[in-house]
This record gives sequence, structure tokens and C-alpha cells, in this order.
Amino acid sequence: MRTINTDIIIETVRDMCIQANLFLAPDMEERMREAAKEEDGILGKQIMNQLIENMEIAGSDRIPICQDTGMAVFFVNVGQDLHIEGMNLTDAINEGVRRGYTEGYLRKSVVADPLIRENTKDNTPAIIHYDIVPGDKLTITIAPKGFGSENMSRVFMLKPADGEEGVKAAVLQAVKDAGPNACPPMVVGVGLGGDFELAAKLAKKALTRDVNSHSDKEHIARIENELLQMVNATGIGPGGLGGKTTALAVNIETYATHIAGMPLAVNMCCHVNRHVTKEI
Amino acid sequence: MDSKRVINVPFNREQLRELKAGDYVYLTGTLYSARDAAHKRLFDSIIMAENGIMGENATTREGLSGKELFDKGILPLDITDNIFYYLGPTPAKEGQVIGSAGPTTSSRMDKYTPLLLSKGLVGMIGKGKRSKEVIESIVNNKAVYFAAVGGAGALLSKCIKKSEVIAYDDLGTEAIRRLKVEDFPVIVVIDSEGNNLYETAVEDYNNQAK
Repeated sequence: MRTINTDIIIETVRDMCIQANLFLAPDMEERMREAAKEEDGILGKQIMNQLIENMEIAGSDRIPICQDTGMAVFFVNVGQDLHIEGMNLTDAINEGVRRGYTEGYLRKSVVADPLIRENTKDNTPAIIHYDIVPGDKLTITIAPKGFGSENMSRVFMLKPADGEEGVKAAVLQAVKDAGPNACPPMVVGVGLGGDFELAAKLAKKALTRDVNSHSDKEHIARIENELLQMVNATGIGPGGLGGKTTALAVNIETYATHIAGMPLAVNMCCHVNRHVTKEI
Repeated sequence: MDSKRVINVPFNREQLRELKAGDYVYLTGTLYSARDAAHKRLFDSIIMAENGIMGENATTREGLSGKELFDKGILPLDITDNIFYYLGPTPAKEGQVIGSAGPTTSSRMDKYTPLLLSKGLVGMIGKGKRSKEVIESIVNNKAVYFAAVGGAGALLSKCIKKSEVIAYDDLGTEAIRRLKVEDFPVIVVIDSEGNNLYETAVEDYNNQAK
């Protein structure tokens, strides 16, 4: 059995927090540059050019791309043959977040209680989703999530009879409702199937997928393409001020579901769709 | 792009009326940062003070002006003729004026905005849609709502030349800061007549694209 110490996990998480907030993932950067070139809306083009310049300044001057450096969301795959020594794994991840957000000059955007709203001052606790997988590796994905777009996300408990058309109509409605609030061009994460909470988790996970990737399922890949075209045909555009790039990608993740239902979650993400994965 | 149209802020109200939805302008001068928690505190301070002065059940309330609220120590700044930038920056590193400094979503401030506009606030910078009540209040008080580019925090931080916390320090990133800005790029979204760029821009684009 392979053994790792939580010290290395803390260091890795610390570095990932900083990296994710300063440098846009290569797939996102490439799509943004393409979109800026293709944009034909007058204000839309100006906004895309500002966003490219922003990305360059963030990297060269080491300033976070966006001031909302997010809540730290993690997807952690734990190999079942891996032994972790040191401290509790969740505590180690939170310690990494604490160090990353403090030492990296990132914003502390977390309040301990939803109603009392006192800032925890170190951006903890993180939101951590664990999966037990075969093997002896630990794979950590961080997706710092800003709440301008998070607030525009939706869950729809669709009926089986709503079918593909119902899914498309709901996603499109969520995009239109989000409009300028979600900082378009956005990435639309969709979770389809499972139950109430799994749909939402899948939608978040869909945002961590490469924006140039497609679902392995042929019919879902087709719907991803068709939905992207429908979303971009709205003309909402960059900043919500008109243009052809409303979304950079629509990523759909699916799971088996119940005979009576078709849960659908739409997790909006702005153009600062941050995700970094590391394997230990 | 046309030559830069630079506006000095806080502006005089005549100049404000010349701004039209869709104008792309650059602000130079003083702005104040304020977002959710600061808005709640300003709002609650005004309500508590005015209830104390006029009684909970006062039917006709003129209330206090922005200047009076400041002079009496109820608000930590005189909001008259000033502009709020809906901002919670990342911490500044050594040698930096401020960290990443882009706009946050404005609609969360909608609940507090009509009261602040009635007390003399004249401008707001944020991103995203505003409520019907806020738009009416913008028209009634002859104010203006600008959008800055959401998610351009690194770029916008370069236009901020000085930053100083002037109130509510305990709120951390949500404290009120006095910001000296130069050529800070914004787009007029809702002008003093209530024209709303979010309603017209997408339609215009779609008509042009056909």
C-alpha cells in the first residue's frame, strides 16, 4: 500500500489555489482568444479585448484575474489502495486553502453562517466532494467559484415527458435569466439525471471539464453543440451588451435517474472558469 | 475607438444629464467602494436614526439629507453627489495600491439603493440588471448607473491610483474605501432618463446581425 503524508497535500492545495486564480487554464485562454477574434458586436468586441488584456495583466503582474477569487470547491478522487498519514484529509485541504488564500493575497469571501455572516477571514471552509476510485493515487481538482454567476444557477425537476426539448428550453431560460449578471461570455455546466443533489453536483463537475471536450455519449455531445448554438443565438454577448459570444461552452454530465423524473441543474460560470487538477 | 471621453467625478449634475445609455466614458477623480455589508450598515443607520428622530409611525417623512446624516455622525461619509463602486477587492501586495478590483453584481444592492439615491448619491458602478424600483429612483433623482466590465479586475486595478479605507474597517474586503481613479472605463447602462442599455443593446445587435 502506498503512503503519503498530508504535508504534501497541504502544499499542493496551497499552490493550486494561487495558480487557479492567477492564470486561466490553457483551454479557457485559447477559447477566449478565439472568441475575441470572432466577436462582431461593437461593445461585445471592446469587452472581449478588455478581457484578453485583463488576462495578460493578471499573469504578468500576478494579480488575480477577478477580485472574486471564489469559494474553494474541490473534487477529490481517493484511490482505495492509498494510505494517508498525518492529519485528517479534509483538515489538510482546508489548511492548504487557508495558506493559499492568505499567502497568495486572494480575497476571503466566506462567511461562517449564512444569516449571521461573519467572515472567516481565511476563505475556509472549502466545499469538498470525495470519490473513492481504484488505484493508489490522490487526484485533486480545484474550481474556485465566483458567486456572481453561482447566484444565477438553477435546478429544474423536469418530468420524463419533457424530453430533450424540455432540457434545452430550461437551459436556455436559465441563460436568458442570467444575462449580464453572470459575466458573459459564460461556461454553462449542466447536470442531467441522478436526483436533486446529484444533478447540481454534476453541473459543477461539468464546469471542470475542458471547454473543447465533449460528452462520450453521442446524443449528449450533439445536445451540447446544439445548445451552444442556441445560447449564442440569443445575442446576449460579452457583458450582456450584444454579441455572438454568450457562452464559450455548454458541458453536460449525466447519470442514471428514476423512472418518474429527470432532474436538471444548470450551474453558470463566468468567463473566469478556473480549474486546476493535480495528481499526487 | 473614438477619442477618449473623460468625465471628472464627482461630477456636477448638469454634466450627468448629458450622459446617455450606451456612452463609453472614462472616469477620473474620486469614487467610494461599497458592497453588500456596507450597504446594509448605511441603510440600517439611516433607518434607525430617522425612526429615532421622527418616531416609528411618522407618516410624512422628509428625513435627513446626505449632508445632515454625515454632520450628525450617522453616516461615515457625505454621500451627496458621490458615486459608489460595487467592489470588494483582493488584498494589495506590497507596492500595490489595491488588488484585483472589478465590479460585483449590482442587483444585490437594489434593496438599499432608492433610499441612498434619495439622500444624494448620484452614481453607481457595478454589473448586471437593476430592479424596476431602482430604475424609477434613478429617474426621480436624476442619477446614473454605469457598468464596468465584469471579471476584468486586474485591468481595472491599474486605473486605481490611491485606495484608503475610510469606514467599516472590520468588514475587510467589504469596507468603504475612498478611491482615486484615472481613466476608469465604464459604460452608461441606465441614464438619468431611464434609458436602459441592457434592454436595447441585445435587440440592436440582433437587428444588425440579421
